[in-house]
Amino acid sequence: MSTNPYFNFESEPTMPELMYREALNQALAEEMERDANVYLIGEEVGRYNGAFKVSQGLLDKFGSARIIDAPIAELGFTGLSVGAAMVGLRPVVEMMTWNFAILAMDQIVNNAAKLRHMSGGQLRCPIVFRGPGGAGGRLSSQHSQALEANYAHFPGLKVIAPATPADAKGMLKAAIRDDNPVVMFEGERLYAIKGEVPEGEHVVPLGKADVKREGTDVTIITWSRMYYFCMQAAEELAKEGISVEVLDLRTLRPLDEEAILASVRKTNRAVIVEEGWVLAGVGASVVDIIQSKAFDDLDAPVERVTGLDVNMSYAANLENATQPDAPKIIAAVKKVLYREGA
Amino acid sequence: MASSYSKELLLDMYRKMYLIRRFEERAGQQYTLGKIAGFCHLYIGQEAVAVGPAEALRPDDYMLSAYRDHGQPLARGSDAGMVMAELMGRGTGYSKGKGGSMHIFDIEHHFYGGYGIVGGQIPLAAGMAFASRYRNEDRVTVCYFGDAAANQGSFHETLNMASKWKLPVIYICENNRYGMGTAISRTSAVPEIYKRASAYDMRGEPVDGMDVLTMYEAVKDAAEYCRAGKGPVLLEANTYRFRGHSMADPATYRTKQEVEAERKGDPIPKLRAYMQKHGMAEDSVFETIEEEVKALVDQAVKFADESPEPSLDELWRDTIVEEGEEDVRPRERVLGQKVNWPKYPSGQELKVTWDLEPREQAEAADKKAGLIR
Repeated sequence: MSTNPYFNFESEPTMPELMYREALNQALAEEMERDANVYLIGEEVGRYNGAFKVSQGLLDKFGSARIIDAPIAELGFTGLSVGAAMVGLRPVVEMMTWNFAILAMDQIVNNAAKLRHMSGGQLRCPIVFRGPGGAGGRLSSQHSQALEANYAHFPGLKVIAPATPADAKGMLKAAIRDDNPVVMFEGERLYAIKGEVPEGEHVVPLGKADVKREGTDVTIITWSRMYYFCMQAAEELAKEGISVEVLDLRTLRPLDEEAILASVRKTNRAVIVEEGWVLAGVGASVVDIIQSKAFDDLDAPVERVTGLDVNMSYAANLENATQPDAPKIIAAVKKVLYREGA
Repeated sequence: MASSYSKELLLDMYRKMYLIRRFEERAGQQYTLGKIAGFCHLYIGQEAVAVGPAEALRPDDYMLSAYRDHGQPLARGSDAGMVMAELMGRGTGYSKGKGGSMHIFDIEHHFYGGYGIVGGQIPLAAGMAFASRYRNEDRVTVCYFGDAAANQGSFHETLNMASKWKLPVIYICENNRYGMGTAISRTSAVPEIYKRASAYDMRGEPVDGMDVLTMYEAVKDAAEYCRAGKGPVLLEANTYRFRGHSMADPATYRTKQEVEAERKGDPIPKLRAYMQKHGMAEDSVFETIEEEVKALVDQAVKFADESPEPSLDELWRDTIVEEGEEDVRPRERVLGQKVNWPKYPSGQELKVTWDLEPREQAEAADKKAGLIR
């Protein structure tokens, strides 16, 4: 049985169950074993074993040249690693949270994302920037934000946000092997979630969405932590006889247009659930893809469920009200189905 | 009094400085003709800062710079025509016309780019030096930046790491006394940039940036220091740009008298005077070099002028590396010349043998600090 705090999956495990953080740890260890060019740098990744324990035990295994405790200087150690990637190392840069990475954004978007273009194809930048994103835990405005839309905006980056432990492992492995800069959003509230994770060589290709739940009446498109609220909503709706398909985008740049369109053409209705803010969100681009390429297949306008257009509050009730949740998703699904009470 | 330098070395320095000067003059001219657009930051006056180090380094040492970046690659042997083509936005430029004046890249000559964000390249250089240590290679990285960049957080964050981890990187601050139009003394609590190294327990020195031999010696010495694993070096090259910040800048913030006075320190006639004083070359030798360089620059302008613009499908290339895609070798692509492309050991061949923070050392430090483990 899963110990998922959001949703209990009732299926018998056939593979080892790992926490999301353990799956990431496994991916890091396996890739570092496989390729000595891979190193991990970040605040507290070494002797502290990781602020969120993703790098637990890696310092003992790989030594201080490959598991590097960085000073609290995000721009500095991020830029340093971009430089190392320019000459062929394959750094993994851990952001203690993506909130702090705002300080390093210049290095990610002005250097890593543009090096190949500005050099006319002479350089490549094989680097992974990863760390927890998303809201929650009553941390107020500066620590509680879903920032993936910012990075999805930039050509030259790949942006991924896996929801499950298995995807976390497989996508981190793929990201480390990718020759492009990859920005990886993990869920700060997902690290303790358990799920089945294939052992050893389990690589999930970047750029491919995944139908996590098949359905016929409506498609919910989502990623990262919101996936669990969507699954919860889908279960609830199933009790009312509404069949929901849940499409987990997993990669936000490039978007898997084919998977989005295939699902919408099947269900003819779509709800997009995004933790971040409504304006210029990733979901806005998904709507654009649907309306420009599958307009004739739609039976209702596409709905978006997003974080409210405000900064995050500390107070528990305000924090909860700011974020999407299962009831809001259920209401949106009913709206696109023209059901009463929506 | 005999000079301790060989005639060949000094003539090569002269030729390179003269090449940069003529190239930049022609670039300025092409800008006024509307053939070069965007920003075009000329290097005129600062030639010694690029040429001294280029001669002092090994060909496989890494180098990178800011947006005033035409001089360094020319000093390292880049093709003048391909640099000019890049300035003119032609498909034959080093970056196929996608980078322009501020982003010259010539990986074959280990020139890892010009960068347009003030101070943005400073951490990159530390990372390249870090990679050298990681792979147990003894090459050094030289990073140019301007005086104004020394006030950026990237400078301070990077010097701290570079010194703590003893990275083989030489930072050359080209102090031309103005951050765009603002005198460095108006924006800096400590306008002597080299002094800031002391805050990070690293070596910092002022150097006469108007003297190519002083630059040569300083970088030779710094490179030895770096290769010996002693850590990074900050050199402050005191220099002067004879022109504005960019071609768009008439430089009205400086007095005529100031510029006239600085022009008397022109590094090119200075080297020539040195050689003549030591009886190392006749006038005719310099004249021959100057004629050759003028012809080379003429040819570079002609090459760029006659080159086609990049094809529109280039828009969709060089953003994301596709699987199995090869990196672009510009000289091979444009001139059909076989090039030496840097090859790095694969993860299988590489053995990482050093410690950034050896366990015993870390534990001893903890004990000393009274931390119980």
